[in-house]
Amino acid sequence: METTQQTESKIIELKPFTDEMVVNMGPQHPSTHGVLRLELRLDGEVVREAIPHIGYLHRCFEKHSENLSYPQIIPFTDRMDYVAAMNQNWGFCLAVEKLMAADETKDFAVPERAEYLRVLICELNRIASHLLSFGTYGMDIGAFTPFLYAFRDRERLLLLFEKICGARLTYNYIRIGGVSEIIPMEPGSVDEQNFLDEIKDFLDYFEPKIDEYNDLLTSNSIFSERTMSVAVMSAEMALSYGATGPNLRGSGVDWDLRRDEPYSIYDRFDFDVPVAKDIPELGAVVGDCWSRYKVRMDEMKESVRIVRQILAEGLPDGPVMADLKAVRPPKGEIYFRSEAPRGELGFYIVSDGTPKPVRLKGRSPCFSALSALQELSRGLMVADIIAIIGSIDIVMGEVDR
Amino acid sequence: MNPEEIYKILTDKFGESVLGFDTELAGDPNIQIAPAAIADVCQYLVETDTLAFDSLMCLSGVDLGAKEEEFSVVYHIYSMQHRHSVVLRASVPKTDAHLPSVSHIWKTADWHEREAYDLYGILFEGHTDLRRILLPDDWEGYPLRKDYKEPDFYRGMRVPY
Repeated sequence: METTQQTESKIIELKPFTDEMVVNMGPQHPSTHGVLRLELRLDGEVVREAIPHIGYLHRCFEKHSENLSYPQIIPFTDRMDYVAAMNQNWGFCLAVEKLMAADETKDFAVPERAEYLRVLICELNRIASHLLSFGTYGMDIGAFTPFLYAFRDRERLLLLFEKICGARLTYNYIRIGGVSEIIPMEPGSVDEQNFLDEIKDFLDYFEPKIDEYNDLLTSNSIFSERTMSVAVMSAEMALSYGATGPNLRGSGVDWDLRRDEPYSIYDRFDFDVPVAKDIPELGAVVGDCWSRYKVRMDEMKESVRIVRQILAEGLPDGPVMADLKAVRPPKGEIYFRSEAPRGELGFYIVSDGTPKPVRLKGRSPCFSALSALQELSRGLMVADIIAIIGSIDIVMGEVDR
Repeated sequence: MNPEEIYKILTDKFGESVLGFDTELAGDPNIQIAPAAIADVCQYLVETDTLAFDSLMCLSGVDLGAKEEEFSVVYHIYSMQHRHSVVLRASVPKTDAHLPSVSHIWKTADWHEREAYDLYGILFEGHTDLRRILLPDDWEGYPLRKDYKEPDFYRGMRVPY
């Protein structure tokens, strides 16, 4: 016959969970990359559920836009993804330009010189953005050195941006119909040559650095242990959650808007699209945190390639702004997406033919990617949450808008 | 496949639930769908092999003006497999704004629908977790509605300044 004590010990065995503990991670926490709050429901150190709470940086971008003319909206797009503000300016301008092009009575085209400047600056901005992602991800995992190296190199890029538009973070450089001429740079002038030489110097310096960073962090065994085979996002899951850009390519989907739906002049350049692969000898699985990170490291090399092609060709002559009397798109609506460093940046514009949009929606790549966090983190350890957030590379300014 | 062909396929399949095809305005043409049928139409678009719309690019609520009687929900969907896209539009009356959720079809619709609920007050039936996402839980009103008036105070703090 069983004693009472024996029965009790059996009950304890049948109840493998400890009491659930709820921990707030954020909104003020350095490794949540901004003001993200996670409500963690923990069983010891295992995460049963991580529920993201967003909106701490909501600045009513969409409501503001309804009361502003199109050119006035551009500085607001800067403040969406402030790490890659050039790309945000560009995405918005492309959407407006496409809607204006639908009006056949008006004929305008973005000048060739502006197109080259746009690609040049946006690819440099992509490098700056990925550098920040690389540096902070290292720091999240516990490596401080990559952060200092990344910011040292990013500083040189910010100085270049400052030379061309006067600002270091929120540029308002790309305008509807061209680029800003706030700091004049005559075609063929000494200024232009100096600027291009400076970019070339940077690339010569930076290209070997990528390999150095791969030695420093990518193949570091502590870093690999923390990120390989962690939080595997399958291709179906990534598609369903609307994850785009490096997150989608990290899941093994070969998709890049610059190549597959070429806009601007991307079809003139030769570049590869890095896609994650299984690497059994290292232990990397397609879709894990390491793969998403590695895609970004490889993309920096491709951006360097594109910029080098522009430098070899040189900037064409001509104006940098189209001859636009007013920005007044026709009545209608458009959705246009472009490849920002964090993925597919879409703008949905509804116009009634006035200088202000009726509705403007920014489809943020981070917003969609972050929604996968809850499913990705289920059953992992608390420390893995940090690895996931860093690997999907979010900027809260864009999530909350 | 272009939007016109997709419109034809949908009218053959769903008949009166497909209300029209709007090509008059500049930009993307859109197919108008009766709100009650939107989830079924989306399910069909995803499951049919020749269509295979596997990704929802964007889901937005739209209010065209304070005098309009309807909100719209606009779906921008894309097929990675066939590389074609289409725009669906479902219009719901402002007084009783509700339509079926598509969050069980594309998981990204979960947060996008929460955003449309948060900012327009459109209810998505069948959504498992429909609560505010960008604004605080106790915020009153739906700010992106054209007739929205911001409150004077929120928890003792002055709002307009």
